[in-house]
Amino acid sequence: MDPHATVLEARDVTKRYGAVTALAGVSLRVARGSCTALVGESGSGKTTLLRTFNRMVEPDGGSVHVSGRDAASLDAVSLRRSVGYAEQEGGLLPHWTVLRNVALVPSLLRRGDASDAARRALDLVGLPAVEFGERWPRDLSGGQRQRAALARALAGGADVLLLDEPFGALDAITRAEVQRMFAALRRQLSITTLLVTHDLRVAFELADQVVVLRAGRAEQAAAPEALRSRPGTPYVADLLVKAGVA
Amino acid sequence: MRRASASRGAPALALALAVLLASDTLTAQAAAAQAATPEAAAQVDRPIVVASKPFAESFVLAEIFAQLLEARGFRVDRRPGLGATEIAFAALRRDEIDVYPEYTGTGLLAILGESPRGSSQDAYRRVATVFRERWGVRWLPPLGFENTYAIAVRPGTADSLGLETLTDLARAGPSLAAGLSPDFIGRADGLPGLRAAYGLFPGEVRALLQAVKYQALVAGEVDVIDGYATDGQIARYDLRVLRDDLGFFPPYDAVALVSRRLADEAPAAVAALTELSGLIDERAMREMNRRVEVDGEPVAAVAADALRSLGAVGDGRSTTAFGTDGGRGSLLRYLWERRATTLAETRRHLLLVVLSLAVGVAVAIPLGLALERARRVAEGTIRAIGLLQTVPSIALLAFMIPLLGIGVVPAVTALFLYSLFPMVRNTYTGVRDADGSAVGSARALGMTERQLLRWVRLPLAAPVIMAGVRTAAVINVGTATLAAFIGAGGLGDPIVAGLALSDTEMILAGAIPAAVLALLVDGALGAAERMTRPKGLREG
Repeated sequence: MDPHATVLEARDVTKRYGAVTALAGVSLRVARGSCTALVGESGSGKTTLLRTFNRMVEPDGGSVHVSGRDAASLDAVSLRRSVGYAEQEGGLLPHWTVLRNVALVPSLLRRGDASDAARRALDLVGLPAVEFGERWPRDLSGGQRQRAALARALAGGADVLLLDEPFGALDAITRAEVQRMFAALRRQLSITTLLVTHDLRVAFELADQVVVLRAGRAEQAAAPEALRSRPGTPYVADLLVKAGVA
Repeated sequence: MRRASASRGAPALALALAVLLASDTLTAQAAAAQAATPEAAAQVDRPIVVASKPFAESFVLAEIFAQLLEARGFRVDRRPGLGATEIAFAALRRDEIDVYPEYTGTGLLAILGESPRGSSQDAYRRVATVFRERWGVRWLPPLGFENTYAIAVRPGTADSLGLETLTDLARAGPSLAAGLSPDFIGRADGLPGLRAAYGLFPGEVRALLQAVKYQALVAGEVDVIDGYATDGQIARYDLRVLRDDLGFFPPYDAVALVSRRLADEAPAAVAALTELSGLIDERAMREMNRRVEVDGEPVAAVAADALRSLGAVGDGRSTTAFGTDGGRGSLLRYLWERRATTLAETRRHLLLVVLSLAVGVAVAIPLGLALERARRVAEGTIRAIGLLQTVPSIALLAFMIPLLGIGVVPAVTALFLYSLFPMVRNTYTGVRDADGSAVGSARALGMTERQLLRWVRLPLAAPVIMAGVRTAAVINVGTATLAAFIGAGGLGDPIVAGLALSDTEMILAGAIPAAVLALLVDGALGAAERMTRPKGLREG
């Protein structure tokens, strides 16, 4: 298997909501085991683009490929079960215990060892199942909820993760902890990650490639260092200054 | 038509008069009365359904009909206090009931929508002919008294303003406040007609039920009321009845109104009822009303006395009489004494509520879920269902009769319709608003829509849905008291009868258990609501 094969690819993707253009022709490649961050202001289209990869959003034009296959040709539900997903605030089911939440995808896949898979995933994110498994989501701290959400995204054995502002709702210290944990995990498991964040610093810390979106177009795509040293447009330069990473 | 004193001692003469007034078939039926025996009666193998409208006089007359028929060997099923003219007549037309007391003027105006013409006799002939042709319904020859509207004032008001006639009242009108029955305010032979005939009249109008009207007048809350000529309360409070100097009010001869079915099936029963024609005069009726309304005597006893004094029946049966079932004394003792009745009424009440709610749940929850999938039409649909809520209960019940008759079925149907709105609304919003982030994540991780509904949205919406069920149940416990107006029974029975007979204790005998029932239902469903709250969402 080619270690640098493209796992996620968007080709000239467009999406409109009525009169509003969310994506105006975006292309993007994410290599196996790497992490790409989508950054941009609210309304730049980053979440919309992320969600085309698990078919939560259907593009109007262009195509989206996951592991070399056109997403449109895949069954949406099966695709979603094979791609990990977590969002801001975690999105845990409030009426399920942490363990049951984390066991969601393996259960949907009707795997007999769903609970074991969930326990292993909880261990990976530093929430031992013995201690946290039977708790309710609301009894966890914000950071613990994000870890549980990551565990849930991983428990099905996915090697692709789609993360939408996964560290957005955390305080600085907790966010640093969770990010460190995630960075280590990603390398350890060699997971391909597409990450949405409005925070350039998060992108710089975690990503191999940063894609700046502006009004549904990719303004610049580059490695963090390249972006920092050679901002492609005044907009990107301005964004770097504003984020304090210039 | 005030031939009572003469006919009282001469039933035969009255009968002759009645026969003259009656239609051809009735003549034959009256002739058959001679042959009416218990044996003949036994040929009707179903109980004769005797009904009344919800006021004292109607209760008394219906009880007289009932006891007379029982004395002649017929079995009788009593349906007291049917909502209003529309409900009682609609039930009669559908052969749901067999006989109830009605008034010629009401038939002419409220049912036929015609303006009164000519004399009492003209009015009677008109309704007798038209009802017979149109619906096969028979107006038996009049009972012997007229009970037209009586516009009454306190003696003090009459003296100080010099009021004797309605023309005087129209003159003094703007300074006076009127307490009128809702019925009277709306109908052509009521306030609108009165305004047209006499000009401006009166300044302020308040809708008051029969039960509280006289107290309100005597207490000075209002200055003018609409009563009936035979009301016992008029004599009790020495009120002045203003003369209808322009002859606006149509004749209101009291008559036994008989269904086509009874006329066809049991001519002997019709003949028995016809015997009452011309036997009850205005004074006698007012006296009976006074005994029931003012003295609180049981309707059955008053009716039995009347039949005895008319020589129509040897002794009165008073086992299952209309209305009153006891004297007035200590409320607690009264409640205790009628506990078996209350229990039966409560059971019936619960039956109405539970049945309507069960059907309501079965329809409302799937509908709410469907609407959540079709949000474009959801708000419109829910608003349309909400409009049902604005239909007054009595009107809704009245609409039911042509379709479903009277009794439990239309009552449950009406309650079902009322229960829909809170349950559909809560199901829809509960499922729609169920934790968006949780639902979104679960979908993004590969739950199908069906799994989402079953495992996420329904459990999360359950407390909201249950709150809707709870609201509907409590509304239904309250509204079910109105089912008494269409003969469905329940705790509304004593309330309707109590209102009709100005018997506060009887009203309370229905109202208190209904309130307790509402609290219990609310409590039980509140507990159910807490139990449906998913564990992860529970407090503490």
